[in-house]
Amino acid sequence: MIRKFGAIGAAMLLSVSVPAFSHDTAINDAQIAHVAYTAGQIDVDAARQALERSRNADVRAFAETMVRDHAAVNEQALALVQRLHVTPETNPTSASLTTQAADAHRRLGALEGAAFDRAYVANEVAYHRAVNSALRGTLIPNAHNAELKSLLEAGLALFGAHQEHAEQLARQLR
Amino acid sequence: MTRREILTRAAALVFLPLLAGGPAAAAGPRTHTIVMQNMRFGPVPANIKAGDTIVWVNRDIVPHTATARNGSFDVVIPARRSATMVVRRTGTLAFYCRYHPAMRGSLVAAR
Repeated sequence: MIRKFGAIGAAMLLSVSVPAFSHDTAINDAQIAHVAYTAGQIDVDAARQALERSRNADVRAFAETMVRDHAAVNEQALALVQRLHVTPETNPTSASLTTQAADAHRRLGALEGAAFDRAYVANEVAYHRAVNSALRGTLIPNAHNAELKSLLEAGLALFGAHQEHAEQLARQLR
Repeated sequence: MTRREILTRAAALVFLPLLAGGPAAAAGPRTHTIVMQNMRFGPVPANIKAGDTIVWVNRDIVPHTATARNGSFDVVIPARRSATMVVRRTGTLAFYCRYHPAMRGSLVAAR
């Protein structure tokens, strides 16, 4: 059974929700790794779209940081799963993230200029809030392997900073 | 060279390194460490002087920069690595991470 959590404020232009595993179907490390990797890759792709479309220096700097940071974390996540001989496993949470990302990519693709910038940054705020909520509430508590848990905790500190950066940028673009 | 001179010089060779490691060394350039961890700059040492070296230690899983607001330094520190620089200016130097602008700090460099 899947329930939705991490509801994002209705004021957000684009809403993101992360379906969580209920307690009776605990998420395993292979699935957690897949969710974490997918979440990072989605944000790299969103940033690449921003780098193609945005002319705003601050938005571009933010997008460059998203590419740099999420690529760095995913590289470490891949190295970890290889060392642990874990094959990341697809699951409803990562599938839902991918579907929502495709929708967001389409919607953002129709926008230009300041409208694009505001929508991209609003989506980044919502996305990081949802992912951080999933990390705190589901992924970190359910991770069994200590190294995986530690990487997720480092990820939460990082994505918390990304969220603040995006929120600050959103206020600036208002 | 007299025997006395030779002995004096030999004694100087022996004792100078000891002196260099003793209290007299406090006057020379020193090395300080500033740690970047959990997306924050850690405590900044209070006794920094121009000419001293700062070792920026990045314990995070992503790269950071230590960038002076006045442009006097800009050091990139890869993930889980460190980088060193020599303090060239005096005064209060505000710095931040260009990649993560919420990371900020300041150091005071005395003459």
